[in-house]
Formats: sequence, C-alpha cells, structure tokens
Amino acid sequence: MSKILRVNMTTQKVNIEEVPEKYLALGGRGLTSQIILDEVPADCHPLGPNNKLVIAPGLLSGTSAPSSGRLSVGGKSPLTGTIKEANAGGITSQKLANLGIKAIIVEGKPSKGTYVLRVTADNVELIPADDLAGKGTYELTAVLRERYNKKAGVICIGPAGEMRMLSAGVANNDSEGNSSRYAGRGGLGAVMGSKGLKAIVVESDKTFDAPVQDKERFKAAAKKFADILLKHPVTGEGLPSYGTNVLMNIINEAGTLPTRNFRTGRFDRAAEVSGEKLAEVAVARGGKATHTCHPGCVIRCSNVYPLPDGTVCAPVEYETAWSFGPNLEISDLDVIAKLNYICNDVGLDTIETGCTLGVLMEAGVLPFGDGQAAIKALEEVGKGTPLGRIIGAGAAVAGKVYGVTRVPVVKGQGIPAYDPRACKGNGVTYATSTMGADHTAGYAVTANILKVGGFVEPTKEDGQIELSRNLQVATAAIDATGLCLFVAFAVLDNPEGLPTIVEMLNAQYGTDLTVDDVVALGQQILKNEREFNTKAGFTKADDRLPEFFYNEELAPHNTKFELKDELDEVYNF
Amino acid sequence: MAMQVELRVFATLRKYLPDHPLDRGVVVTVEPGTTVGQLITKAGVPLEKVKIVMVNNRHADLDQQLVDGDRVAVFPPVAGG
Repeated sequence: MSKILRVNMTTQKVNIEEVPEKYLALGGRGLTSQIILDEVPADCHPLGPNNKLVIAPGLLSGTSAPSSGRLSVGGKSPLTGTIKEANAGGITSQKLANLGIKAIIVEGKPSKGTYVLRVTADNVELIPADDLAGKGTYELTAVLRERYNKKAGVICIGPAGEMRMLSAGVANNDSEGNSSRYAGRGGLGAVMGSKGLKAIVVESDKTFDAPVQDKERFKAAAKKFADILLKHPVTGEGLPSYGTNVLMNIINEAGTLPTRNFRTGRFDRAAEVSGEKLAEVAVARGGKATHTCHPGCVIRCSNVYPLPDGTVCAPVEYETAWSFGPNLEISDLDVIAKLNYICNDVGLDTIETGCTLGVLMEAGVLPFGDGQAAIKALEEVGKGTPLGRIIGAGAAVAGKVYGVTRVPVVKGQGIPAYDPRACKGNGVTYATSTMGADHTAGYAVTANILKVGGFVEPTKEDGQIELSRNLQVATAAIDATGLCLFVAFAVLDNPEGLPTIVEMLNAQYGTDLTVDDVVALGQQILKNEREFNTKAGFTKADDRLPEFFYNEELAPHNTKFELKDELDEVYNF
Repeated sequence: MAMQVELRVFATLRKYLPDHPLDRGVVVTVEPGTTVGQLITKAGVPLEKVKIVMVNNRHADLDQQLVDGDRVAVFPPVAGG
C-alpha cells in the first residue's frame, strides 16, 4: 500500500499516513504542488515552521518505464516567494516508489539540532546527527552510505542549505554515490536546512518493482516507449553522444548564447567549452562522455568529467557550462568543472550561482573572464563570509547589494542559458512561469532553435505565446509522471509518444485516462501553482522580464524583447 | 568569380570532416550560385544526416544561395537543456 510519511521536525515525530483519495492519481510535481497549495499558508515565511518541504517520486518512477526516475521536491521558495517544484534524476525516486512512499512531507522546525531521516522497508526513523553538521554533500553522502547502506539514495543539503542561503539546492546521488543530481532551483535546500534536516537516507534493494496492475500491458507499453526514445535521433543518438552540452555550439550559432552577463548573444570561444570538447577531454582523462543518472535511463545524457586534481565532476551540464562559461567569459572547461564541483559540494544551484557571479562581475567585484577569481569567491560560500553569503543569496540580492541595474532574474530567480531577446519563446516562459525564470518550465528552444515539434522563428514575436503555453502545460504533466523532460524531444515528434505514456499510466494504475486527461492534468497543476502565487501576492506585473531586455538590443540579431501585455494571455485556458 | 565561405560542422557530423578544428571553421571556395545543400554535399557530409543549418546566425534552407563571406554552421538533430 502506498503511504505518505509526515515528518514533524518540531516534535521529531514521524507519522505514516494513508494516501487520501484526492492524491491517488497524482505524483511528482502534480502531488508536491497540490500538497503545498492544500497545506502551506501562501503568506508564510519560506524559512519558518509553516512552510513544508514535500518530496515525491513521479507516477511512473520505480517501474520499468524508461527514463522515469525523476524526483520532485517542492515548497514555498525562499528565493522567489512563489510555489516551487524542482526535480532531479538520481537513484532516490525509484527507491521511494519501491518502498511504496507516495510523498514525504517535512514540516515544523526544531529549536536546535541536525537530523537525518532514515527510511527503510521496515522502519522510518529520525536520527540526531549533529556530527554531520557542516559537511559537504560528497563526504556526507559517502559517510551515510557507509554508515547505513552502501547502495542507499541520499537526499541531502550542503553547508549552503544549512546556512539557509536562498539559492541552496537539494541533492541526491547517482549509482556511484556522486551527490550531483540536484533539485537545484529556488532555494529548497534552505527550506530543508531551516528544518534542521541534513539528509534523508532511502534504502531499498528494489529498483523496478513498484506495483503495476496489468503487468503484461505495462511491459508492452514500456518497451514501445523505449523504442520511441531510442529511434529518435535526439534521444537515441544526440544526447547519448555529447550530453546536454551539445547545445553550446548551436545556441552560439543561433546568436542567443548569453555572454558577459547578457551583453551579447555570441561567445567567440564557445567551442572550447562545448559538449564536443568536453567529450574529448573526459574520454582522454579516463572519464565518460555518456553515463546514466539512474538505472533504466535509455537516454544516458550524463557524463563523467575528471579534473586534473583527481576529483570527478559528473556531470557537467549545458546550463552549468554556460553559467560559468560564456556568461562569465570563461573558456576553460576545468575552471567550469571546478566551479560546478564546489557548487555540488557546498550545495548551491549552479545556474543561480553563475548568474550571481555574472552580476558581481558586472559590478566590478570580480573581473570578467577571471576563472581563478571566480573559484576563490565561490570558496567563500562554505565559510559563510559576507561575500560568500551574498553569492549564496542569488543574483537578485547581489544586484541590490552592489547597485547593479542589469540583473537577469524573473521573480528573483536567475535567467538560464538562452537569451530571451533571440529565443523569444523562452522569454515568454521565463516571464510567465509559476517558478520564476526557468528554462525547463516551457522549453521553447525546441521549436525556436532545434526544430523539434515544429519551427517558430526565434527572433520574432509571432507564435511565441501559444508555443510557451502549450509547452508549459505539457511540461507540468510530464513532471508529474517522473519521466525525464528529455523524453519530450521524442514525444513532440512522434504522434504515438503521448498515447504510449498514457498507456503506461493506465496499465500501472488501472485507470482509463486519455490524452486529453493528461493535458487537463498539466493545466490543473499550473492553475494550482498560480493560485498559490496569487495568494502569496503575485500579480501580472510580476510576469515580466527585467527592464534591460526591453531596452537593450542583443547582438548579432539586434533584437529587444517586445512582449508585455500579451504575456497575460499565456494563462488563457 | 569564386567566393569563400566558412563552414562549421558539429556533434556527430564532425566525423565527416575529421580535420576540422573545433574552434574555427574551414574555408571553402565555391562558385557563385552555390546553395547551402551543394556546399554540404561538396564537403562530404551526407544531407540526410543534417537537421539544422544556420547561415550568419539564422536558420537557413538547403536551397539558400550562398554569398561571399557567409558563415555556415551545420548540425545533426541535437537537444539538451
């Protein structure tokens, strides 16, 4: 029977609850956002006792559905003040699903102390762990796997989360124990830290045995879905060969690669930090150009990048390579991987941190292009010095502290690796997403740049609202299933894709869902999230890009972002 | 009057131009009227492997005629995020 674990950090008591009828058909982001809307007062302080951290595996997680191991983490974001869902790969989602755990709700706040929650098939226990306070995530994960179970999934925070920094993320690990799979965005690590919860250790020997009602029917649908992914050139060949950083060159060639804190759309040294170069260096040093973040993923977009000093960063993703690369005018992959590793260890979101360093460079605190200065500054975070705390507080705070006007954030969250002036569909998503600036919330790069799911001219306004709306709805639904969002590249191009996802869900849960129901699910998730944000005080005035995107032209296309009132049409459904 | 264009190929297409340095394009001399598709074929890249072509930072069709000094970038299906 599936269950909900309710962990009260005020009393240090854990209750095991039945799943209410209303939540049975929900999972992942669908469930985290529903629980937050139902249980968290929208006007609460994100770091106070009334906020909750909600962790949920996706609906298909823990089955043999390919690439279905996404873990959703939700709460009220201290970075944005909005509702937040951040999801991650790694091995923990599958383990939770195999333990029959539909969600973990962490609530309240202890007067003091550091705790670890240990979850096994027979027991759930909150264990005092003051000895683990202050540990980086890599060491912490290794210690906990050694102490409890060598194959455990460890959901954890680093010192940044313990210090309640606004851009602290929640990590979990891959099969090798790397604590690099982050529900990174929006500061949920600070929420976990505010509750004194350092880690959740999840132990399950099973990976693919979550209950399925009609096993034969499910098996056939899962096999068909794997074929759809493997036969699509992006998910079957492109991503497995070079990972997500294969985007570096094409986004640069499209003139929409934010460079020097969003000054220009091209970086003349982009190739040096691209996926092609990364694969070459990684393989030459005994790393891997392709790697899975969780068992059963057929896309295998991860990589293993060994640094010259012997540490390993796995993976280096496109967004991170951009945030520490072109965004800072740094063209040394080793510097990028080092910054990435520090973020993973101290527990910060790499996108937000790159945006913040960009703002500090804009302010003249650090020189653009100076990788060693960036590393030195980032090392301040773990020490909790004033500069370290400013970096950990994100781009919006850093901009205010230093009086910078060019601060690339929406609702307080840093804008990722596609400039909204030359990839306008993504600009619509950044402005209107319930999450603050989030590229995954409605990834219009597909039709704007990659010619997946059609083509919409990226530098023009026509069609961008509709494109972003449709993608935001579809993404919310995908985020509920536990499927990696990257399945969308194949699903958007194959008319059998979405029906096959629906077939897997129906076979697993004995439901009679249709494709229309899945669209309705996506719409409902967005409506729930909007409702929370409205209650928290957000209005359409918050659904806009920063002023400079409307006033400054971006080379080489020399375009500005022109959409304003039209953005209010995104939620017309 | 022959013209010169700059060609870059990326990702899995790099194997067709193994000597192509990643950090800069190869300069190809072509006759006036040459199309993007003809350039790619001349360079030895199979057209059926090509998904996206950009000329001077804009998406281009295979039948677009090249102009002296064009920067041409050729991609197989790629994605990420």
